[in-house]
Amino acid sequence: MTATVTRESIVGTPVDRVDGGLKVTGQAQYAADTPVEHAAFAVLVSSTIARGRILAIETEAAAAIPGVLKIFTHENAPRFKQPDPDWMNALVPSQTFMPLQSPEIIHYGQQVAVVVAETFETARAAAALVEVAYEVKPPLLLLHDPAAPRFQPDVFFGEPMQDARGDVDAALADAGGRIDATYTTPIESHNAMEPHATIAQWNGHRLIVHEPSQWMIGTRNYLAKVFDLAPEDVHVISPFVGGGFGAKGFSLPHSVFAAMAARAIGRPVKLMLSRAQVFTTTGHRAQTEQHLRIGASDDGQLTAIDHASTISSSYAGWFIEPPGLTTMFLYACPNVRIRHEAATLNLPAPCPMRAPGEAPGMFALESALDELAAQLEIDPIDLRIRNDAQTDPKTKLPFSSRHLVECLEAGADWFKWDRRPKKPRQMRDGDELVGWGVATATYAGLRGPASARVRKEDDRYIVEVATHDLGTGMYTIMTQVAAEALGVPISQVECRIGDSRFPPAPVAGGSQSTASVMPAVQAACLKLRESGGEMAEADAAPGDEQGRYSFQSFGAQFAEVRVDEAIGRVRVSRFLGVFDCGKILNPKTARSQMLGGIVFGIGQALFEEAVVDPRTGRLLTDSMAEYRVPVNADVGELEILFVEEPDYVLNPLGARGVGEIGITGVAAAIANAIYHAIGKRLRDLPITPEKLL
Amino acid sequence: MQAFELLTARKTDDALALIAQYEGAAFIAGGTTVVDLMKCGVTLPPVLIDINGLPFGEIDANEERIRIGALVRNSDVAYDRNVVHRLPMLSKAFLSGASGQLRNMATVGGNLLQRTRCPYFRDPASRCNKREPGTGCDAFEGIHRGHAILGTSNHCIATHPSDAAVALIALDAVVELAAPGGTRRVPIEEFYIVPGATPSIENVLLKGELITAVEIPLGAAQRNATYLKVRDRASYEFALVAVAAGLEFDGGTITQARLALGGVGAIPWRVRGAEQVLAGKKAGPQAFKEAAEAALEGAIPRRDNAFKVELAKRAVVRALETVVRER
Repeated sequence: MTATVTRESIVGTPVDRVDGGLKVTGQAQYAADTPVEHAAFAVLVSSTIARGRILAIETEAAAAIPGVLKIFTHENAPRFKQPDPDWMNALVPSQTFMPLQSPEIIHYGQQVAVVVAETFETARAAAALVEVAYEVKPPLLLLHDPAAPRFQPDVFFGEPMQDARGDVDAALADAGGRIDATYTTPIESHNAMEPHATIAQWNGHRLIVHEPSQWMIGTRNYLAKVFDLAPEDVHVISPFVGGGFGAKGFSLPHSVFAAMAARAIGRPVKLMLSRAQVFTTTGHRAQTEQHLRIGASDDGQLTAIDHASTISSSYAGWFIEPPGLTTMFLYACPNVRIRHEAATLNLPAPCPMRAPGEAPGMFALESALDELAAQLEIDPIDLRIRNDAQTDPKTKLPFSSRHLVECLEAGADWFKWDRRPKKPRQMRDGDELVGWGVATATYAGLRGPASARVRKEDDRYIVEVATHDLGTGMYTIMTQVAAEALGVPISQVECRIGDSRFPPAPVAGGSQSTASVMPAVQAACLKLRESGGEMAEADAAPGDEQGRYSFQSFGAQFAEVRVDEAIGRVRVSRFLGVFDCGKILNPKTARSQMLGGIVFGIGQALFEEAVVDPRTGRLLTDSMAEYRVPVNADVGELEILFVEEPDYVLNPLGARGVGEIGITGVAAAIANAIYHAIGKRLRDLPITPEKLL
Repeated sequence: MQAFELLTARKTDDALALIAQYEGAAFIAGGTTVVDLMKCGVTLPPVLIDINGLPFGEIDANEERIRIGALVRNSDVAYDRNVVHRLPMLSKAFLSGASGQLRNMATVGGNLLQRTRCPYFRDPASRCNKREPGTGCDAFEGIHRGHAILGTSNHCIATHPSDAAVALIALDAVVELAAPGGTRRVPIEEFYIVPGATPSIENVLLKGELITAVEIPLGAAQRNATYLKVRDRASYEFALVAVAAGLEFDGGTITQARLALGGVGAIPWRVRGAEQVLAGKKAGPQAFKEAAEAALEGAIPRRDNAFKVELAKRAVVRALETVVRER
């Protein structure tokens, strides 16, 4: 490689979003905005029961509405086989169950009919007239329902979910079992701004699909399998995604239904989910109950952690939330055991949601550590520093880069932590008690194989990768990396993503897109620059460093809360996140990711809960009014600091992903701050007013 | 949502004639409730009559009263100079409702007719005596954290969702109604009807009648006043408990009190008993606590909403303290 990267630093600077103009002027075309000629519209009909079977489904009245083209039910829909999750072949359905194939109902909101009409309004009106008679069976809904089948999941993406080192029971007995507490988190919903939608269009035996996607290659392979097509005959287009948070990663049945309808009527079909249907058919974060037992020496050295989780699961799904995984490696503790047990219930299929495992798991672990610190009268930051590990306690491999201590110290400095009274209830301001809390943040530093292509057109460079921008800033950082490698200003670079025909990239999940895609973009651009040609392609993949190091990002979350005990009101008045994510490619977009993650965490701590009627399985919180995400007024002053230590072991840019770490530890930091404010330990999320009375 | 016909009324007489002419027709002003409920499938009016062109869009104030046209937008009431200075409780109540966007659309008349947020009412697949009389109530044994503890019946425990109506009931507002035979004026306390055995009947509005204005008398207890809303998040959220409180003083002694509760009542809940407790007493913790106890008298808590009793008492005390503090 003779071409050198230009010294003009473009990477690492706060470049404005290159797609920002399109977005603020409404020109960015999201899937459902795509103009399609002669399109018909499809609307789903959802089950109003959680368990049972359809006795009769009456579609005559709906079909009689002028403009209705076709109504699919289990009685007349084509038969589809739901493929099994197959990571090796990049094909992962979100659920194991394919609706519209039998009269069986296994969760509330299950798709029972698809109404296709000339207009959206007609389809929606007709859908309301589809009458379904059910035989209702009592649904299994409660985590501890004795009738619910239970099982111990083996692995989560290769990580054992039943795991141990040392002798936990002996160490707990020795330490006198300092902490023994149970933490609970409810079902949570992703609530991306953009509801799911699919436009399906057949061109002979070729299928074109527009939909918001975190994994176009996955959707392509899924639809190819379901419709028995060659993968290259399915073309998935997804240039803009209005948020995903995990709910647009795995393949969903409504994509199949849009394609099914389009094929049947010989026209393109636009299918949009209602907000309520987004809640019930696109995944959620499972409910968890976590039992933590911790042993430690008097000076705060951890001697044992036992982390046992019970998770809600679904007859429709396969994905199991893994809260215990982080506990295996976060701190230097010789005796650790994690266990996961899942209860199969009549709930929709769960799926990954921003930091699956860490988000609920670190609420429990980091709350328990705070309880330990209080019990031992050790500063919670000191406690974490005393138990820091430079070698991964789970894999015994060195961390490629671990700067947790620096994050904690930088945060303490910024937050003026030394002014924090040791005991609770010491800071009062009028009617409010003020408290400060801290928690560790962490997320894996994943990297996968990716490819990129760059073409020169006159004085412009077109870079193409089948990757995704969920509002994260991918377009922008790709442009920066390409411009710097090519030695041209960013105005000469145009990045094209969101098309399954471009060179492949991994799922936009696991916070891996930056670390995976940027090396490929950089390599392709350097190659073109070196060759002086018109086009270059490059593949970039992790190498044997993956077997020699553990890759993990770290951070520290600091919360200030103000609690008005009399009326049960808590406000997050200040929040600081300090993060070690390797080289930050764009401080502006990275900061946005962290701010978003923290706001997500504030929601998890104080507001978010999907409430299911315990008798019927009906989701009672299926709108943005009833399912509470934070509003602006709930978010106080937020600050983000980066401890920038490039991780050149992971990739040539030294960058790890920033999408998910922001939420981790936030709920614990807030709950710990509430404890510091009022001296009350709250272990059940969300922390609503009645729990503070 | 079903197809519907949209007709526009240019004059009050036209509006009243149209509503009489079309079976099942409904008025639409801001539309923030009616369109929402049409989307849920809770109401399916075949005809909507747009009344936005009618002459009820003004606020008019004199020394004795403030009169607010039924079509004035919630945000316009909240920021009206006379309302802010002379009826701060009402301004605060309007500002604490819904979100900025909704307040810009929603009208005063519509606000009085808001329907409950009971999730079973909003779901046609659930049993609900309010939506479909005689079908039963799924909230009793279901999730009822947000439900009412005052004014409920064995048929319905739904909460009235309005903030503004709570302030208006504390302020002795009068609702002006137009019908083909002429207008009538109803004190707002008599406007709402507790559910009893007929939860589908929520107020005294007759078929074909139209709210044209609300009128609020002015006085000291209206001026020394506040509206406290306790809710799950800071905005765009219905009340768990709300308190409209106003006090008139002679030195340190309370001469008159106005007190109403929101978020806990089947209707906006005036607590005259608590007002009487306060009258003649020295403003302070003892009197406020007694008033709080009196305000929650007769509360019927259930499994999920039992916390509202204590929360409401504390909110009453806090609201009264605030009035004294800001006096």
